Amino acid sequence: MIRVQDLTVTFGKGSALFHAVRGVSFDINVGESFGLVGESGSGKSTILRAISRLTTDWSGKIEIGSVSLSHRRDKSIARRMQMVFQDPYGSLHPRHTVNDILKEPLEIHGINNCDNRILQALSDVGLSVDLRFRYPYQISGGQRQRVAIARALILEPDILLLDEPTSALDVSVQAEILNLLSRLRRERNLTYLMVSHDLAVISHMCDKIAVMNRGKFVEEITSTQLRDADPEDAYTRQLIQASGKYDRETAKTFVSFD
Amino acid sequence: MNPLLRIKDLSVTFDTPRGQVKAVRGVTFNLGRERLGIVGESGSGKSQTGRAILKLIAGNGRVTADRIEFDGLDIINASERDMRSIRGARISMIMQDPRYSLNPVVKVGDQIAEAYRIHSRVSPREARIKALEMLETVQIRDHEKVYALYPHEVSGGMGQRIMIAMMLIPNPDIIIADEPTSALDVTVQMQVLGLLDDMVRDRGMGLILISHDLGLVSSFCDRVIVMYGGRVMEVLEANKMDKAQHPYTKGLMNCSPRLQDPKAVLPTLQRDPNWMNI
Repeated sequence: MIRVQDLTVTFGKGSALFHAVRGVSFDINVGESFGLVGESGSGKSTILRAISRLTTDWSGKIEIGSVSLSHRRDKSIARRMQMVFQDPYGSLHPRHTVNDILKEPLEIHGINNCDNRILQALSDVGLSVDLRFRYPYQISGGQRQRVAIARALILEPDILLLDEPTSALDVSVQAEILNLLSRLRRERNLTYLMVSHDLAVISHMCDKIAVMNRGKFVEEITSTQLRDADPEDAYTRQLIQASGKYDRETAKTFVSFD
Repeated sequence: MNPLLRIKDLSVTFDTPRGQVKAVRGVTFNLGRERLGIVGESGSGKSQTGRAILKLIAGNGRVTADRIEFDGLDIINASERDMRSIRGARISMIMQDPRYSLNPVVKVGDQIAEAYRIHSRVSPREARIKALEMLETVQIRDHEKVYALYPHEVSGGMGQRIMIAMMLIPNPDIIIADEPTSALDVTVQMQVLGLLDDMVRDRGMGLILISHDLGLVSSFCDRVIVMYGGRVMEVLEANKMDKAQHPYTKGLMNCSPRLQDPKAVLPTLQRDPNWMNI
C-alpha cells in the first residue's frame, strides 16, 4: 500500500543544510500497521510529513497504492490518506464547532449528504451526538482526539498517518483511543503508519517496527522480537532498557549514539 | 523516624468566575528523608499539592491546612518574608520543562551562581567556582564551556541537569520535582533520574517526585501516594505495588500497554463517583 524508497528530507540550505531523514526505505502492505519509533530529532515525524507532503524538500520515491507521489498535494490522494496529529488542542480550529470541523473535508471534496456522514462519523468514534455543536474547548482532551480521528475517517481513506496520537493524553484515555484505533483498523482493513516515542505503545499497535536514530533506520523488527528483547542493534537494546522502569544500575550503563 | 515535613488536611481552592474549584481536598502525609512519589492523572491535584508546600499558588487560590510543618517551622502561618528564606534554600522545586524555567537571556552558569549568591554571602568569584563544581557534580563534561552557554544552546537533558544543579547548590533539605523528566527522551530520562537518585542518597535529602507515570514512580521511589480528584486514594510501599487495593490504582496499572505483557484490547478505567466521597 505504501512504498518508500530512499527517502531523504533536508531542511535549510548551504552550510546550514540539515539532513533530517537520510535514505530511508520501507514497504507497508494493505491492512498492516507499521511503527516508527525513536527519540526526539530522529526524523520519525518528518517521514510522515514528507508522505503527507507537509514538507516539500524531499527526494526519493513515495508510492501510495502504486501511484507515485509528486511534491504537490492533490485532492485525490487526500481522500485515500489522512493524518491524525499529536496535540488535539492545536490541531482543531478553536472557533469551529465539531460540526464545522467534520464538514470541512466533505465540502472541500464536494460530497453531499453531510448530515448523515457527520452523524455516522461521530458514532464510529464513540462520540455522543450531543457534542456535535460544541467547540473544542468545551470537550475533554480524549473527546478532542476522537474528533480528530473522526475528521480523518470521514473521507473513508485507506491509510491513516498517526503522529503520536496519544502522547498528550492521560494513560486511561490513551487506552480508550488505542482500542478505538485498533477496532477501526480491524473493521475497515485500514493501513496505519504510526509514529511514537513510546516502545510499549508502538509494540501494542504495530506488527512491524522501524527503530530510528539520527534520520536512519537502525533496525526493522517485529513486535514479537521487540517484546522478547531480541534486537540486534545496541541502540534498540538501550531503548528497550530505558522504557518503562527506572533501574539504577542500568541507567549508569547508558551511552550516547551520536 | 522524625519526619521533615508534616502535612495534615491540606486543601487548595481557586476562586473562578464560575465558582470555587477545589483542586486539593484534604490531603495528609508526612515526608522523611526518603523518595516519595505522588502519582495521578491531569487534574488530580498532584502539582498543586507540591506547590502548596512552598505556597506558590496563583493569586486566585487559597491554601488551607490544619498543619504544614517543616522542620519545626509553621509554613501555613509563615510570612512571605519567611517563605523567601525557605524557598530555594531549604525546599526547592524542579519544574517540568527547562526551556520555560531558565532565563533565556542569562548564561546558564551565571544563573546557577545567582542561586548560590542569593542564599549565602559570597563573592562573585567564589560563586562561579561553586557553580562550576556543581556542573561537574551533575555530570556535565566540559563544564567551563557549558557555563558560558545560553539556555537555547543546550539540549533538553542538559537543561534539566542545569536546573538540578541550580536547585542543589543551596543544599536544600527537600526537593520537589514536578514531572522533572516528562519532556525528555527515555534514555535521557533515566540518566536524569539516576542523577537525582545519587544526589538524594549522598546528601540525605527528602524528595517528592510528582508524575503521571505510575510505572516510573514505583520503580524510583520508596513510597507512592496515588491521587484522584484532589484526594489521596491510596498510599503504597513502592515495592508492593502489586498489592494495590484501590480500584483506581489497579485501573491505572492495567490500562497502560506493556512491552512484556501484550493484550489484544487494553482494559479501560471505569471511574466510580464514590471515590470522591471518602
